[in-house]
Amino acid sequence: MADVVLNNIVKTYNKGEVKAVNNVSFEVNKGELFGLIGADGAGKTSIFRILTTLLLPNSGTASVNGFDVVKDYKAIRKNVGYMPGKFSLYQDLSVEENLNFFATVFNTTVTENYDLVKNIYVQLEPFKNRRSGKLSGGMKQKLALCCALIHRPTVLFLDEPTTGVDAVSRREFWEMLKGLKQQGITILVSTPYMDEATLCERIALIQNGSIMSIDTPDEIVKQFPENLFAVRADNMSRLLNMLRSNKQIKSCFSFGDFHHITFQDDNELSQNKLIQTLQEARFKDIELKHITPTIEDCFIKLMN
Amino acid sequence: MKQFLSFVRKEFYHVFRDSKTLLMLFGIPIVLIILFGFAVTNEIKNAKIVVCDYAKDPASQEIINKLSVSETFLLDRALLSPSQVEEAFRKEDIKLAIIFPANFYKDLQHLNKAQVQIIADGSDPNAASTLTQYATSVIMEYQQKLIQNAKMPYTISPEVRMLYNPELKGTINFVPGIMALVLLLICVLMTAVSIVKEKETGTMEVLLVSPFNPFLVIISKAIPYLALSLVNLAVILLVSVTLLDMPINGSVLLLFGASTLLIICALSLGLLISNVTQSQQSAMLISVMGMMLPTMLFTGFMFPLENMPNALQVFSNIIPSKWYYIIIKSVMIKGLGFSAIWKETLILFGTTCFFLIISLTKFKIRLA
Repeated sequence: MADVVLNNIVKTYNKGEVKAVNNVSFEVNKGELFGLIGADGAGKTSIFRILTTLLLPNSGTASVNGFDVVKDYKAIRKNVGYMPGKFSLYQDLSVEENLNFFATVFNTTVTENYDLVKNIYVQLEPFKNRRSGKLSGGMKQKLALCCALIHRPTVLFLDEPTTGVDAVSRREFWEMLKGLKQQGITILVSTPYMDEATLCERIALIQNGSIMSIDTPDEIVKQFPENLFAVRADNMSRLLNMLRSNKQIKSCFSFGDFHHITFQDDNELSQNKLIQTLQEARFKDIELKHITPTIEDCFIKLMN
Repeated sequence: MKQFLSFVRKEFYHVFRDSKTLLMLFGIPIVLIILFGFAVTNEIKNAKIVVCDYAKDPASQEIINKLSVSETFLLDRALLSPSQVEEAFRKEDIKLAIIFPANFYKDLQHLNKAQVQIIADGSDPNAASTLTQYATSVIMEYQQKLIQNAKMPYTISPEVRMLYNPELKGTINFVPGIMALVLLLICVLMTAVSIVKEKETGTMEVLLVSPFNPFLVIISKAIPYLALSLVNLAVILLVSVTLLDMPINGSVLLLFGASTLLIICALSLGLLISNVTQSQQSAMLISVMGMMLPTMLFTGFMFPLENMPNALQVFSNIIPSKWYYIIIKSVMIKGLGFSAIWKETLILFGTTCFFLIISLTKFKIRLA
């Protein structure tokens, strides 16, 4: 049975003016690492707060571990671990004091579940007497994760755990999540970073409160309907304008060093024709290649 | 129980690690007590006066002498003309002028009747009436002395005794008022801010998603502040007794009991405020503005409640510090026991229960 179930959840703010979550349904299986991918304001935090019993949905039902989020909120609060998007520990308490405090609040001790947090806590150990407010961003997130884990939760809710964290710490953080998954903990994580999506087993792409697609990252990439090409030339901004005004091109987005495009008539002829047009327009160093789409490509595709 | 103790310990860490909180908790009360005890007082000392003596006879001289030895007055100088008197009021900080007409003593002896003019600066009505009263009493005293020599058919001589505060010291009135003000203000502020702080930093979110009972959160917040406030009360009492010569005539236990009741009342008010505010700043603003003014106005230690319009007098009944002030004055100064203050205590208890129940039922176990 699925650990987390959402059925047609709707959440509005300001008396219905703002629709934050619009008819969202999905399931997270036991022991799964599930990612909720979407930009800021897509409704990720609202979904997390509904699932952690902090907000009441306007309509729809949801359950965690089989407990209803409205009726059985007490049971859910006992069994889940929650790490809010903002750093939410006591900044004037030391690393050790924070961990001990949260262990006691959850009716357990640090020693009892030390094996679960050991791998993470060893990195914090040298700073255990430092006030948590004085830790670096990455260290703060590790401490918050430790505190959310200390009672061995069945389901772990991580709301944008890697936002504002440096690239190295982000990678380390995801390694930790993989380790936790092996311990059998169901993890629901949200992130605005598309590159992190592939690290999840299954993902839901969310935009404006609605789910656009739910599947494994590979499947979502496979479902990309057209062939995707990357183009590069010497003057990228002129190239972008040109591609956008070209009737052959179906879609075009700037993507780092390349522009990603799809063709109206997807065949070799149109590719050659494009190169020819570009050469006529006196672009230099033209490069056109076929690429596999990333999650971000799929996201943009779904958004339009 | 272990959870609870751990939470209480955490609260103490918060207080002792934040110098601003500590300063607010212990600095403000002491400063306020000393400030009100020494500086803000309605006793009048060394008020500058002038005399205009046209008589220059034994009677006028004796009265002037008596006035000048009194601590209340500071005889600035003797003037000659009424126009100089007016000038003195306008240009200098003269509070009172006394004018003896010519033939003062002669009139008194032969006509059995003499007049003396007292002119006061009415721009400060309270000071003016106190000073004129005092000057009149000095003159009356002299008259009494004369009467002893002569034979008068009927005399009524009122013998006034100021009970509990024979020297009419202002501190005796102010200290209980400041105690009420400080305890109420500090406790409301502390609880409101400490709970809103948890909301603001997001720790409340984490606490709510835990098996910890939300009501235990409140109680564990209240206990440290109750304890600290009682320490605070002890410090205030110590300062008042040693520095301001305040008497504690009644039972100290009763004093602490009544104070505990007020503190609990304040804690529940703070909780109520924390429920309706989202940021520490607004919590602080509401606590200070919402508590300071009504407490100052309606406790009765600054402005007598009896002089207020009826509507305001009725309103003053819901201000907990009013009842606390009555209790503290009765216990500390009059030395009365519980039997004398049970009614006020009951009202304070009722108000406390009222605020406590409202704030507990309003407490949100969710975010919105």
